[in-house]
Amino acid sequence: MGDLFEGYGSTLAPRKTVSGVPAFDEMFEASVGAEGLAPSRAAYRELYQALAQLTQEELRGRTESLASSYLAQGVTFDFAGEERPFPLDAVPRVIAYDEWTTIEKGVQQRVRALEAFLDDAYGYQHCVRDGVLPAALIASSQYFYRQASGIHAANGVRIQVAGIDLIRDEHGEMRVLEDNVRVPSGVSYVISNRRVMAQTLPELFHSMRVQPVGDYPNKLLQALRASAPSGIDDPNVVVLTPGVYNSAYFEHTLLARLMGIELVEGRDLQCIGGKVFMRTTRGLKRVDVIYRRVDDDFLDPLQFRADSMLGAPGLMLAARLGNVTIANAVGNGVADDKLLYTYVPDLIRYYLAEEPILKNVDTWRLEEPAALEEVLDRLDELVVKPVDGSGGKGLVVGPDASPAELNKLRKKLIADPRGWIAQPVIMLSTIPTLVEDGMRPRHADLRPFAVNNGDEVWVLPGGLTRVALPEGQLVVNSSQGGGSKDTWIVGGDAPQRGLRGPDGLAGLVADQASVTQAIPIIYDPQDEQTHSPQDRPRSMAEQQEQQQQEQQQQASASLPNHVPKNAASEGLDQHHLGHGLPEVGHGRGGEGGC
Amino acid sequence: MLSRIAESLFWIGRYIERADGTARILDVHLQLLLEDPWVDEDTACRSLMGVMGSFPPEGTEKVTRSDVLTSLAVDRTNPSSIAYAVQASRENARRAREIVSTDLWETLNTTYSRMPRRINNEKVHEFFQWVRERSALAVGITDSSTSRDEAWQFLALGRAIERTDMTARLLATRSLTEASGPSWTTILRSCGAYEAYLRTYRGMPSASNAAEFLLLDRLFPRSVIHSIARAEKCMSAIDPVADRVGHSNTVLRALGRIRNDLEYRPIEEILSELPEHMEQVQKVTREASEAIRARFFPTHAEPSWIGETS
Repeated sequence: MGDLFEGYGSTLAPRKTVSGVPAFDEMFEASVGAEGLAPSRAAYRELYQALAQLTQEELRGRTESLASSYLAQGVTFDFAGEERPFPLDAVPRVIAYDEWTTIEKGVQQRVRALEAFLDDAYGYQHCVRDGVLPAALIASSQYFYRQASGIHAANGVRIQVAGIDLIRDEHGEMRVLEDNVRVPSGVSYVISNRRVMAQTLPELFHSMRVQPVGDYPNKLLQALRASAPSGIDDPNVVVLTPGVYNSAYFEHTLLARLMGIELVEGRDLQCIGGKVFMRTTRGLKRVDVIYRRVDDDFLDPLQFRADSMLGAPGLMLAARLGNVTIANAVGNGVADDKLLYTYVPDLIRYYLAEEPILKNVDTWRLEEPAALEEVLDRLDELVVKPVDGSGGKGLVVGPDASPAELNKLRKKLIADPRGWIAQPVIMLSTIPTLVEDGMRPRHADLRPFAVNNGDEVWVLPGGLTRVALPEGQLVVNSSQGGGSKDTWIVGGDAPQRGLRGPDGLAGLVADQASVTQAIPIIYDPQDEQTHSPQDRPRSMAEQQEQQQQEQQQQASASLPNHVPKNAASEGLDQHHLGHGLPEVGHGRGGEGGC
Repeated sequence: MLSRIAESLFWIGRYIERADGTARILDVHLQLLLEDPWVDEDTACRSLMGVMGSFPPEGTEKVTRSDVLTSLAVDRTNPSSIAYAVQASRENARRAREIVSTDLWETLNTTYSRMPRRINNEKVHEFFQWVRERSALAVGITDSSTSRDEAWQFLALGRAIERTDMTARLLATRSLTEASGPSWTTILRSCGAYEAYLRTYRGMPSASNAAEFLLLDRLFPRSVIHSIARAEKCMSAIDPVADRVGHSNTVLRALGRIRNDLEYRPIEEILSELPEHMEQVQKVTREASEAIRARFFPTHAEPSWIGETS
């Protein structure tokens, strides 16, 4: 038994909610006593046993090799001008398949509702007419673009890729923290985390049936192809990146590589006559679908920021004419506005006539005067977020903030109540994480990725688990000292693998075919040519032959007349023997005939 | 393939070859300085740097061996240094990351991250050896795992062009300083050509034989002629247009001209004006490179859109 979990519960004052409930620990059942560890939860049991075999030093060594592998692969982010490997913790997060099914359904439902909302918001706005949303909410959103109004993809999809951020509250229930339907990033880390984990900690995978994540690029490409303008048989799909200096550049290259499509920059694109082309070594080539990883603002200098060099002038016109599909669609930001977030449960009921499967975090809309008053009153115990920020930007955690900061915040809230929302401090669940002191609980969230191809919303089994590495830190972000964990969905049926799987069509055919076995036809056995004829390993008989030959040559040196003939016949004999012993050859031939 | 990617591949090829060639040239010449105490260090170093297209800062009184080493091997800001070539090849691979194979990328990335910032005197030879090995590794990995498509052709084209240039520079160092230039044996050795040469000519190196070998041998892969022919082959594969009259491809025209010039001129004539001819070869490689850029990687003036001002 290793010492891995020694002192796991030794945090002196673990962070608790206002009402005194500690955070939910995903691996251990109750809070840990001084004597030892509480029993591990069912989903983690096998993992815990596998980990307990390791010592801290061993695990640290593995963690280092994870990091150096990432450095070599270029899975890095810039930290003060220096390249650091993307931090990956060696302990994976485990979610049982049954719970995952619920999460999956919840995410699918949410994406479908947001999809319907976007279609409505950039269309007839029925939701406003029916009184579900105030009209001002849409119009006042910073990411509502009139330029996008009336643009439809051929298959009606606007959210090809969604990242729905989830957290587990202190009671162990998954809740939605925010929706990302503009350009959600992080999926490359899911894919590469899994690969490098399997390389460095193979023993953890032994007994557990972890759902694979490698399908993502295929699903994404399929969804992108499905959204191509109609009438195009073999659409040319490209990934549009802002360039090498973007922090997610690694992700762009990985996706382009795994989908086998071109990665273009804005300067590679050219719009002529309402169509988009890319510059190749063989002239211009038409582009049909652009999976863009450039923000709305920078896409088209004719419509948005005039100083943008990252997009291509004329892109929006081409999209409006239906000659190119931009994925995700422009203007999706209105759906991940944090104020709209508070209405999503209503939207689910309105558009889908279903009850929301995943709950929101309770949120105060500061636009309502009563809510604003209450929030201002309790500012020191709430979390306040700007509606348009993502990744923890501009967020203020009340209990951690100084009175001066709170005063400043208070003025901002009064000046611009539309710009902010407030939520109670939620204790994000904790997962054991290897830090300086050893294995310690750290707060984590989860971002599952959903891909919508128009027919179904597919949720990547797993997702990106991000961990806040400083103790007690509740804001989880890689730019603020966050790490990541591989996320394992364990159990459930083997995934459908089409023709390649054991149950697939090919397997069926193979089963049928294997009734009669192929009969090997055996000729005189010949060695494969793996060595040059001079160097090949020789059989005993040959060696003897060679010795005899040498002796004979020595002997015949005194009889010069006989040399040529003798040597020739010996050479021939040796040639025959070189193909193996004739008796053995016949024996095998007989078998083959049976 | 995207023009931008093709350009990156072309330059990856050039930079890999440049790192290799520079390491070879420096290795031979720095060793020579040690071996031959009669060489004037300052003159030799200045002319070596001149041949590599890099010049000591104004007002430097005496250029020493370690100055050459610093500026041509490990200085990351000097465009003719090994470190710069390594860094640039890695940057280009990063830009074409989705086309470049993972193996090649990891090789280039690792070379870059292990590139020393300083070398001790006793490690010099080891360092050059390492650079050559890393280049060989990168080339070998590409060779064994890349489809022979356009991507490969552009990379090979870059390598062939750079190799022509490097061998030309190496030959030019022969006549650096009349008395104290490297011997033909040294030059042959630095190309890894010594043994091949011995087998071909079976004898002590004579000036005309050695020059002939490095310039005109059609079978030795580092000779100028072989590299030019290789570049021509890549070019034809990329742009397979058979003209009935002449050649419309400017790259092929430039390469073909210099090849014919070298092939059909008596070797004595070339030898007597070696620096001029090598300068000519370098000029042609620059021309060819320029023509490739104009033909396949057209750069466009970035349009800038002025928003309405009111």
